[in-house]
Amino acid sequence: MQHISVNVDGTQYEGDVEPRTLLVHWLRNEVGKVGTVVGCDTSNCGACTILMNGRSVKSCSVLAVQADGASVTTIQGISTGDDWHPVQTAFKECHGLQCGYCTPGMVMSAIDLLGENPNPSEAEIREGLEGNLCRCTGYHNIVRSVEKAAELMGGAK
Amino acid sequence: MTETIDTSTPLGRPIKRKEDAKLLHGRTNWTDNIQLPGTLHMAILRSPYAHAKITKLDVTPALSRPNVVAAYGADELGDLNGSIPCVWPVVDDIVMPDFPSLAKGVVRHVGDCVAVVLATDPVQAADALEAIEVDYEPLPAVVNMQDAIKGGTLVHEDAANNVCYNYPFATGENYDDVKAKADVVVTRQWANQRLIPVFMEPRSVVAAPMGMSDEMTVWSSTQIPHVLRVLMALVTGIPENNLRIIAPDVGGGFGGKLQLYREEVLVTQLARKLGRPVKWTESRSEDMVATHHGRDHIQTIEIAATKDGKILGLKVHLLADMGAYLQIITPGIPILGMFMYPAIYKMDAYDFYCTGVFTNKTPTDAYRGAGRPEATYAIERIIDELAAELDMDPMELRKKNWIKHEEFPYTTVAGLTYDTGNYEAATAKALDLFGMDELRAEQKRRRESGDTVQLGIGISTFTEMCGLAPSRTLGALKYVAGGWEHATIRMLPTGKVELVTGTSPHGQGHETAWSQIASSILGIPVEDIEVVHSDTGRAPYGMDTYGSRSLAVGGQAIKKAAENLIEKARIIAAHQLECSPGDLEFVGGEFKVKGDPEKAQAIGAVAFEAFTAHNLPDGVEPTLQGEATVDPEDFSYPHGTHLAAMEVDTETGKVTLRKYVAVDDVGNQVNPMIVEGQVHGGLAQGIGQALYEGAFYDEDGLPLNANLSTYLIPAAPDLPSFITDRTTTPSTTHPLGTKGVGEAGAIASTPAIINGIVDALRPMGVTDVAMPATPMTVWKTIQAAKGGQA
Repeated sequence: MQHISVNVDGTQYEGDVEPRTLLVHWLRNEVGKVGTVVGCDTSNCGACTILMNGRSVKSCSVLAVQADGASVTTIQGISTGDDWHPVQTAFKECHGLQCGYCTPGMVMSAIDLLGENPNPSEAEIREGLEGNLCRCTGYHNIVRSVEKAAELMGGAK
Repeated sequence: MTETIDTSTPLGRPIKRKEDAKLLHGRTNWTDNIQLPGTLHMAILRSPYAHAKITKLDVTPALSRPNVVAAYGADELGDLNGSIPCVWPVVDDIVMPDFPSLAKGVVRHVGDCVAVVLATDPVQAADALEAIEVDYEPLPAVVNMQDAIKGGTLVHEDAANNVCYNYPFATGENYDDVKAKADVVVTRQWANQRLIPVFMEPRSVVAAPMGMSDEMTVWSSTQIPHVLRVLMALVTGIPENNLRIIAPDVGGGFGGKLQLYREEVLVTQLARKLGRPVKWTESRSEDMVATHHGRDHIQTIEIAATKDGKILGLKVHLLADMGAYLQIITPGIPILGMFMYPAIYKMDAYDFYCTGVFTNKTPTDAYRGAGRPEATYAIERIIDELAAELDMDPMELRKKNWIKHEEFPYTTVAGLTYDTGNYEAATAKALDLFGMDELRAEQKRRRESGDTVQLGIGISTFTEMCGLAPSRTLGALKYVAGGWEHATIRMLPTGKVELVTGTSPHGQGHETAWSQIASSILGIPVEDIEVVHSDTGRAPYGMDTYGSRSLAVGGQAIKKAAENLIEKARIIAAHQLECSPGDLEFVGGEFKVKGDPEKAQAIGAVAFEAFTAHNLPDGVEPTLQGEATVDPEDFSYPHGTHLAAMEVDTETGKVTLRKYVAVDDVGNQVNPMIVEGQVHGGLAQGIGQALYEGAFYDEDGLPLNANLSTYLIPAAPDLPSFITDRTTTPSTTHPLGTKGVGEAGAIASTPAIINGIVDALRPMGVTDVAMPATPMTVWKTIQAAKGGQA
């Protein structure tokens, strides 16, 4: 077991983990951040995407021990719930989710995408979200959501 | 698009979803989030062979692994090794092999369940699987249906030639007589390939013996908590009234969670045996061999027509892959499709024959559209081939043969009576949005200039049968359950409303849409209505969600329940207002005395009177609620015209979907935003089948692409934005005028894409492209047509 200390959504969490433990499993099972979900075992689906030190990562592709000392933001840390992050608002406004299982990862990837490119084209949005699979929406309204979020965040005209 | 709906009510408006707040904030209750004290985690040893004898199985070494509490093979499990029932024995002489939870001596597909380990930690349970001592004697695998029916190796000893059933169905005139009169007969054979549902939330189940009673609570990521409860009671022997099934937040289903899975049975049986909660969550790679698959039909289709393009008859012969076992409705899927091959076309004869075939592959069952996509693919493809044969425009051929709007209601050669439809209107709108003339002109230019990128136009003028279903019809088809739906609406004393539905959403937005229906009738704001669903303890009656039935059938129940509630309230209000019930009109949530609008009582006030019961009329019971259980009069028949512009690079085989127009007629819409979302998602799955997806096996029955790295579902860059619109021809057999929408996109889009690719390449001599039309497949097809070595 190895000791780690990770800031998750503003709270410092400590614990002993097996070296093989994936960050997503530690977040879900030890920290209780069950908003972040697992959709595959080949790092294709992106449902588990979080921000680590401000950049998006698939938390199934990071060992918990690699996050030692890092700052992690999950879907549960981007707003209180009473207030909404503009990306969350945009996804609701544009019906960018149906079952909602891919949504936490999709929202976190969109936040990273818009941080890098505040005014993306449709093609740039589609490329930027390539690592996040959705089976419900056909991506049409996800693209609209990210365009809307860009507008809400002041990137687009 | 909503001109038939009163826009002063929430009905027909694109109201934002109630469901989204929790989903967007991660405040969700997926089954895998449930962590009960004392839980044992189950891990499953699965067969690595498609077909083998188990010559040795010793689970005891796993018991010495840390924190392992129990381990079982079929022998140890004994009477608890429940068998999965098939509830749709389509013919009397169907072969229905035993399908035990854990294999008894023989494994029949990769992923077949061999043994289970239970430990206090899921990782330790999985680790302990490797301690199980198991030996297999591999047997030849039955993989290819056309070989399977010749005999030789049998998947099940009692299924001669691996045949599960034969299903003949001939209607109208004699097909051969009609064929003899035809000028043109076109025959084709297509593989409608095997697909994997790939709902994003992997399956998960938790069972817990709870509380003081003997109640067993089962949480499962399922589409069918109510059906599951009945089946689970039958399989396990747990009295149904002690079983509570809860489908918490469910992350997609697409038919893949319309099932009683052996893992659900195992978890429940072991929770009962061990007296503590048991939990199992699948990995994605496990899912892709253990969740049922869809499609996998070999379709031989023949169409007979006159030289001026009048269709005379249709003959369809199917081989339908059941896989290794029958899941709950495996045999029925091709039979649902059977009714839809004649589609929107008038003809004199229809001759259908289906053979269900066992193979050493994962069982098949419902996947979005379930039989109708296969039928629609075949008919819409062969219409294009017939048009080419006749040198007719494919749309003109369709117009010549489709049912005209003034001919509804129309009974098809397959025996269905379509209540309404307007194929002309949907097609006109689609052609307009598509810019057909400009695209045909561009296609001509590219052909003439010998452009390396050719343009093709794909058409699909589809219809489908959904809204499952009239119970009597299901009975006549030998399906063992009914197709009704239930709703209860309770007015609470505080003015809030509880709407209990038997539908079980997993992404469809029922909480929003059902609130809109009830709000429009009761005059209660949408936000004051809470929709209760997917828990047999709180919503005891229901037939759940599949077959685009929830609005078409469940919506009717809500309407009727609300109307029943108003009728009871009217009696109470009349008593309060000292008039007769007939003197009251109910407008905007208030009972008003006709001719004296000052005298009025809001329905919330009536509900409070019903709660206190201080001043009710004699004979009227306290509390205010309305209930209804409705059986639909008929299926619903949505239709539409879909058009695809396909660019094909003839040098590389790369296909690009440039433009996609979908005009659907789903009747009245409760929430057009949700309708569009359903269409988008369906399109993506149908396009996925055409271009990207397919579950493939080698000659030993080993899956070649059973994980998300190799089984390609479309990602965002793989699809364009869609152009969608609707025409509105309200259903006359459904009181809200609605039709189903959940499967339409997936049913319509697959042939549109392939028709477009073939249209692009037809001048090169191409008449068919296999699915999925990957660059390699398309390139090889082009080379073969050129006469080159592919």
